[in-house]
Amino acid sequence: MTTLTRRAAILSAAALPAALARPALAQSGDPFRIGLVLPMTGPFASTGRQIDAAIKAWLRANPAAVAGKRLEILLRDDTGVAPDVTRRLAQELVVRERVRALAGFGLTPLALSAAPIATEAKVPMIVMAAATSIIPQRSPYIVRTSFTLPQAVRPMAEWAAKNGIKSVVTMVTDFAPGLDSEKAFKEAFSAAGGNVVAEIRTPLRNPDYAPFLQRVRDLKPDALFIFVPSGEGSALIKQFSERGLKEAGIRLIGTGDVLDDDILNDMGDAVLGAVTSHHYSTAHESRENAAFREAFKAVAPDMRPNFMAVGGWDGMHLLAEALRRTNGDVDGTKLVEAMKGQSWTSPRGPVSIDPATREMVQDIYIRRTERRDGQLWNVEFDKIQGVKDAA
Amino acid sequence: MRVLLHAVPWLAAIAAYFLMPERLPLLSSIAIAALFTVSLDLIVGYAGVVTLGQAAFFGAGAYTAGLLAQNGWGEPLSGLLAAAAVAAVLGLVTAPLVLRSGALAGLMVTLGLGLMLYEAANKAAAITGGADGLQGVEVWPVLGVFRFDLYGQTAYLYSLAVLFVLFWLAKLIVASPYGLSLRGINGNPRRAPALGVPVKTRLTVAYALAAAYAGVAGALLAQTTAFVSLDALSFQRSADGLLMLVLGGLGSLYGALIGAAAFTLAHHALSEASPIFWQFWLGIALIALALYGRGGLMGLLRKLMPRGAGS
Repeated sequence: MTTLTRRAAILSAAALPAALARPALAQSGDPFRIGLVLPMTGPFASTGRQIDAAIKAWLRANPAAVAGKRLEILLRDDTGVAPDVTRRLAQELVVRERVRALAGFGLTPLALSAAPIATEAKVPMIVMAAATSIIPQRSPYIVRTSFTLPQAVRPMAEWAAKNGIKSVVTMVTDFAPGLDSEKAFKEAFSAAGGNVVAEIRTPLRNPDYAPFLQRVRDLKPDALFIFVPSGEGSALIKQFSERGLKEAGIRLIGTGDVLDDDILNDMGDAVLGAVTSHHYSTAHESRENAAFREAFKAVAPDMRPNFMAVGGWDGMHLLAEALRRTNGDVDGTKLVEAMKGQSWTSPRGPVSIDPATREMVQDIYIRRTERRDGQLWNVEFDKIQGVKDAA
Repeated sequence: MRVLLHAVPWLAAIAAYFLMPERLPLLSSIAIAALFTVSLDLIVGYAGVVTLGQAAFFGAGAYTAGLLAQNGWGEPLSGLLAAAAVAAVLGLVTAPLVLRSGALAGLMVTLGLGLMLYEAANKAAAITGGADGLQGVEVWPVLGVFRFDLYGQTAYLYSLAVLFVLFWLAKLIVASPYGLSLRGINGNPRRAPALGVPVKTRLTVAYALAAAYAGVAGALLAQTTAFVSLDALSFQRSADGLLMLVLGGLGSLYGALIGAAAFTLAHHALSEASPIFWQFWLGIALIALALYGRGGLMGLLRKLMPRGAGS
């Protein structure tokens, strides 16, 4: 027994470096390799799974080759919490796997840590999720197909000011994106003539919203603006209705990631009537979105594509279109140039890439959570067209 | 024969440089993990003080080197020394808290200190960049000549050289009378004072020394990746370090090297083969090793070798 185990251990130990040293597999037809770095495990795994599924769906729904080059995806898991791993994986994908583009990047620090690799290797880096404004400034090779927080927050503030909401209490989670949205909301709302009565910050870990919500009730604002990590949304909104804030005439507004489509259906009736602003809702009605949902369903039948997925889908479209425009030239600088100014109709609606900032210019929709066919949906009822990143 | 054995890991490391020129970033991360595990071996394996907060020193070193480089002093070697000094001072200051009470309470103190430092770095976003990480770290060429390149050649050789020097320094320290007295304390903490060994002082020095080692490891990570994030201070890093140490084998510095290499390689190979379920396979492998391989990989190697050949 012991000898056997021992031998097995040695054998597997010996096989490991051999497996690592294995040269890149020879491929036919000169593929265009894309290094996809996403959090597939850990607390942000849902981001990774959404984007991964969307990219698989895109590859199924579109021709396998662009300008004579087959698109090939190499997926790596960076666990979502270790920027040095993200950086190392990006470096390895460029150096060892000879990828011609990097894509994915779930969170801001992960994207920032990989930015110097894109600059040095001169490969396009498509940021499909991370949402802090500063990211594209870190490398001229970064193009973003998701959104930025101010992009979603400002239209919410402006819409609120125009629709009879005069006083607002903001309640955000005490971490970088929360503070960003608090600041953006206050600026935009004050500029539009509204009044932010109080700014409340809740702790990131194990928050109990009851005392904060009681304070909101006592302050009696017209509306409560919330920004919390998407998984927290349901707990907060449940307490919002249990504490009777709805009956007290306080409206609930926020950004769409609080009512993430991925988990919206499990949040229950408490979220009905919440008004949020975002660039994508699965319920968006268009031919492109129907095709997107169809393709996504074929890959991941149990999931509803959310705003992360649409970022992945559009990222693939952008990259493929750039490759077509350069006639298969894989030079990174030319590819990024070909991406600037592109405009197309995405599942989320008409979008374009701002040539100056390499950010999405997109419509931001105002949605209300409703029940349709027994399921919860964010139904769009108003929109602000062509919103740029204003930060 | 023994000299040859001692040369094996280093020859393997240099051979890897030539055999896997496209794997250098991974190899650098192994060298850095190995140095961190050596620091844990000094305090856990030799001095017998178990800690869950070693990442505090790793992070302190990383932020020291990173902040220096961010603010216009990117010279790598002096950055390492500064990181070692800061981490050692932090170790000296916190050692009395950790060593004051029994093993379990001390363990909790190390855990608490680690979490506090993490949260402090998170809150001090103006200095550390908070959750976004430290931006704009610019490290100068090593010795003014070798620039940190995209392929990671400089990064690997630099990390390996630092590991080599500090590993042999650690070897000397544990073989010195001081090192022997640490083993004595570890072996029988009640008897050591009766023999006239100043237990507290010896352990405090060991704690600070291990802290300095961890600080250098952190500084290496900061310099070779030109980036520092909160994850340098995370509990996960402390836990991974302990796993590597147990995997390799406690109380023999070679165990630290082997454990770090095996853990990082397995981690990498499994996560590449199966990006979603790799943690499951890693867990299985660790449990199997814990059940069948007493003394870690180093223990296995010792059993295989002829008597008296190992060190």
